[in-house]
Amino acid sequence: MLTLNINGQPHMLDVPAEMPLLWALRDVIGLTGTKYGCGKALCGACTVHIDGQPVRACVTPVGSVGDKPVTTIEGVGSERAGRAVQTAWRELDVVQCGYCQSGQIMAASALLSINPAPSDADIDAAMAGNICRCATYVRIRAAIHAAASALA
Amino acid sequence: MGIRERLSRLTPATGGRIVNLSRRRFLQGAGGLVLGLYFAPLSSPQSNAVAASAATGADFEPNAFVRIAADGRVTVLSKHVEMGQGSYTGLATLLAEELDADWSQVVVEGAPADAKRYANLLFGIQATGGSSAMANAWMQMREAGAAARAMLVAAAAERWQIPEVELQVEAGVIRHPASQRSAGFGELVADAARQPVPAEVRVKEPKDFRLIGKLNLRRKDSAGKTDGSARFTQDVQLPGMLVAVTARPPRFGAKVQRFDASRALAVPGVVGVVAFDASAARGANAVAVLANSTWAAWQGRDALDVSWDEAQAFRLGSDEIIARYRELAMQPGVPARQDGDAVTTIEMAARTLEAEYVFPYLAHAAMEPMNCVVRLSPQHCEIWNGEQWHTMDQATAAKMCGLTPDQVTITQLYAGGGFGRRANPTSDYVAEAVAIALAARAHGFEAPVKMVWTREDDMHAGHFRPLYLHRARLGFDGAGQLLAWEQRIVGQSILHGTAFESVMVKDGIDATSVEGAADLAYAVPALRVELHTPVDITVPVQWWRSVGHSHTAFVTETLIDEAAAVAGADPVAFRRGLLAERPRHRGVLDLVTQRAGWDTPLASAAAGERRGRGVAVHESFNTYVAQVVELTVAADGRYRIDRVVCAVDCGLAINPDVIKAQMEGGIGFALAMALHGAITLKDGVVEQSNFDSYPVLRINEMPVVEVHIVPSAEKPSGVGEPGVPPLAPALANALFAATGQRLRSLPLPAALRLA
Ligand code: FES
Ligand code: FES
Repeated sequence: MLTLNINGQPHMLDVPAEMPLLWALRDVIGLTGTKYGCGKALCGACTVHIDGQPVRACVTPVGSVGDKPVTTIEGVGSERAGRAVQTAWRELDVVQCGYCQSGQIMAASALLSINPAPSDADIDAAMAGNICRCATYVRIRAAIHAAASALA
Repeated sequence: MGIRERLSRLTPATGGRIVNLSRRRFLQGAGGLVLGLYFAPLSSPQSNAVAASAATGADFEPNAFVRIAADGRVTVLSKHVEMGQGSYTGLATLLAEELDADWSQVVVEGAPADAKRYANLLFGIQATGGSSAMANAWMQMREAGAAARAMLVAAAAERWQIPEVELQVEAGVIRHPASQRSAGFGELVADAARQPVPAEVRVKEPKDFRLIGKLNLRRKDSAGKTDGSARFTQDVQLPGMLVAVTARPPRFGAKVQRFDASRALAVPGVVGVVAFDASAARGANAVAVLANSTWAAWQGRDALDVSWDEAQAFRLGSDEIIARYRELAMQPGVPARQDGDAVTTIEMAARTLEAEYVFPYLAHAAMEPMNCVVRLSPQHCEIWNGEQWHTMDQATAAKMCGLTPDQVTITQLYAGGGFGRRANPTSDYVAEAVAIALAARAHGFEAPVKMVWTREDDMHAGHFRPLYLHRARLGFDGAGQLLAWEQRIVGQSILHGTAFESVMVKDGIDATSVEGAADLAYAVPALRVELHTPVDITVPVQWWRSVGHSHTAFVTETLIDEAAAVAGADPVAFRRGLLAERPRHRGVLDLVTQRAGWDTPLASAAAGERRGRGVAVHESFNTYVAQVVELTVAADGRYRIDRVVCAVDCGLAINPDVIKAQMEGGIGFALAMALHGAITLKDGVVEQSNFDSYPVLRINEMPVVEVHIVPSAEKPSGVGEPGVPPLAPALANALFAATGQRLRSLPLPAALRLA
C-alpha cells in the first residue's frame, strides 16, 4: 500500500511501485485531467507538480513520490499562480482540441511561480517540452504574459 | 469535377421542416422546449410522404438541435465533433444569435449518431470534414434558433394577452416594455412547448447580429479544457471496463501466425489475450491484451510472444517508392486538366524550366492517440469516440456485430485533435475496437473494452498522408513571359478501394490527389495537369489536414514564384497579373501585402545574417488565404522564421477569434510539416515511432503570427484546413529571397549550404 498526497488529499493505492504516476492518477484514482501523449517524457501532456516542480508523470514511478505533495490540473486552480494561468487561458481562448492544455497550464504555472515576469525567451525555454499539436503557441505566450501581469 | 462541385450537387436547399419534439417529450414529463428540424432529401421519392406526415406531427423522427430547460439553460446539440476547430462554439453562435439567447447560458453537447437528423448537408451522411461545418450549418442552425425564439415569443404573447409585435427579446429574456413585464426563457418553456411550430421563420439581417462576427465571444469549451474536466475518449471509465492494448504487426498486410500468451497472462492485472482481425476495415490483424489498467495492459503486451505471417506484407522502402514514382513521372499520366496545348508549347518554348518535388508520407500525430470504447450486448453496440465520421463508423460496427445501424449508438466526445485521422473512410481504429470487444466476448469477457493505442501504435498504424512526387515543366517566351505549365502528380489515391471511390473518383482521377493543381487559379495560356495513381503501393493512406492542397499548393506557389523570377517581376505583382479573374485571391493578396509592408524593404539583418520574405496565396475549401513569411538566415545556414502575416477570406466571419486561432494553428501545423514532417519506410517498416523521431513544432519554433480577416458578406466557408497550404511555399519562397536557393522537397533542410 502506498499513500499519495494529491491536491491536498491522501490517497491509498495498492499498485506496483514501478507503475508510472500518470496511470495511478488516471486509471486508479480517476483523476483523468492529466493526459497521456507519448509515455517517454517527450510531449509534456502528463505534467504535474511534485513539491511545486513540474514533473512528467509518465516517467515518474509512483513509488518514488513518497509523501511529497502532488498537484494536478484538477487542483492547480486552488493555487494563486495556477488560478491566474487558468483565467488567462480562458480570457484569451488558448485552447483548441485541449488535449495538451492540462500539461501546458501545469508547466506555465510552475514557470510563473519561479519567474514572475518571464520574457518570450524564458517562456520558450520553459515550455519547449510541452507539445501542442494544434500549435496554440502564440496564445500560450500571450496568456503567460497576461497571467504574469495579473499576478504582479 | 472537384470534390466541392461533386458534393455541392448533393446539397439540399436550406429549406427544412421544423418540428416540435417537445410536444411528445412534454407529455412524457421531460419538460423543456426541444426543437428540431427535419430535412427531407429533395430528390427523394419519399419526400412528399415525409412532408405530409410532418404536417400531422406524427410518425417521423425530427432532428433536435436545441433544448431549453426550465432553469433557462440553452443546450445546443452539435452534429459536428469538436476537435479544436471551434465547431461547438460556431454552431452555438448561429443558433444563439437567432434565439437571442444569453451566451453565458448556452452549453453544447455532441449529437448522437443519426444521419436522418444530423447529416452534414454537404455530404449527405453524418460526418465532420472538408472544413464544412459552418458552411453546411449556416442556415440550418439559424433557422432552428429562429423557430425556437418564435415559439417562446408566442408563449409570452399568449400568457400576457398582448400582440407578439410588442415584445422584445434580448439575452434570454422576453420583455413587454409597455407593461414592464418580462420573463426569462426558462419561465416560458412549458408554454412554448405547446405552441405550434412556425411554418416559416425569418432569420436576421446581418446588421442586426449581436453574436455573429463579434470578437469578444468566448469559446464554449475553454472552461472544461483548462481545469481537467473536459472528457475525451481516453478518459472514459465504465463499470468493469477492461483496457485493451494491441500488439501490432511490424509491416502493413502482415497477419498473426501464432502467439504465446503465457508470459503476458502472468502480468498482474492482465485478464486475457485475444487475437482479432479488423483487416477488412483496413485495421490490423493483431493481438490484444486485456487488463484492468493501461499500465498492466502495456506490460502484458510487452511480454507477448507473437509471430507474424508476412506473406502478404508490404516490403518496399520510401526510397524505392520514390524511384518508382520518378519513373512514372517521366511518362504521360491521366489528364486532370487540359487548357491549350501545353506539351507542344513547352517543346517550342524559347526557355523552359523543369523541376521535381518530393513529399513524404506524413502522420497526423493528433495529441490524443487513437482510442475507442465499445460496450456490447446482444442487441446493442455502444461506442464512445471523438467521433468524426458517424454514419460510416455506425455502419461498420453494425455489420461486424450483425446488428442494424440503429442498434449502434455513438457518444461523440471531445477529440484530442484529428487533422483528418478520425474520418477514416473504412473506420479502421473503430473497427479494431469493435473486433477486440467481439473477440473478448467470444472468450467470455462481457466487459466494456477501451482500446488504447500508444503513441508508437498510432504512428505505426499507417493511414498517412500519401507520399507524392510531382514533375513540372514551364515554357517561357524569349522575354521570360510564362506560356505553358505542365504538372504530373504521382501518388496513391486516398479513395481507392473505399466506398467513396465510385462517387469521387472520376475518369481515373481522384480529385483529392490533384485539388489545388488541376484548378490552378492563375490564367496560364496553356495548362496541363496529369495524374499517376499507383495501386501496387499498399501503404494505408488517408486525408490529412488540407488533403491534396498540402502538397499541390507547395508546387504551384513555389513554381509561380520561379516564373516571376524568370520574368524578372515582383512575386506579388506577377501573381496579381495572372489573377485578373480571381477577385477573392487578389483580395487576400492585397490585404496581406499591405499589412506585411511588402512594398517597404525588410529591416536589415545583423552582420553575417540574411533576411528574406516570401508570399503565397491559395484557395482551399472555398476559403482564400495569403501568407507572407519573414525569416532570417544565419551565417551557418540555419534559419528562423520571424513573422508570418496572414490574410483570410472565409466569407462572412462568424467567430473572428476562432478564425484567427485556426489560422495561427494551421500555420504552426504547416510549419511542422515544412520543417520536420516525414514518415519513412524501410523494407516496409515505419522508421518513426514517437516525437523524438517524428518531431512536430515546439513553442521555440513558433513565429509571431498576425491574422487579418477580409470583411465579406459572402456565405461562410471553413477555416480548419485552409490556413495550412500557403505556409510551406511562402517559407520556401522566403528562403529563395534570402539565399537564391530553390528548395523543392519537404521537409526543408535544417540548414542551407551557403556559398
Ligand atoms: S506523456 Fe509524459 S511527456 Fe508525454
Ligand atoms: S490544444 Fe490540441 S494539442 Fe494543444
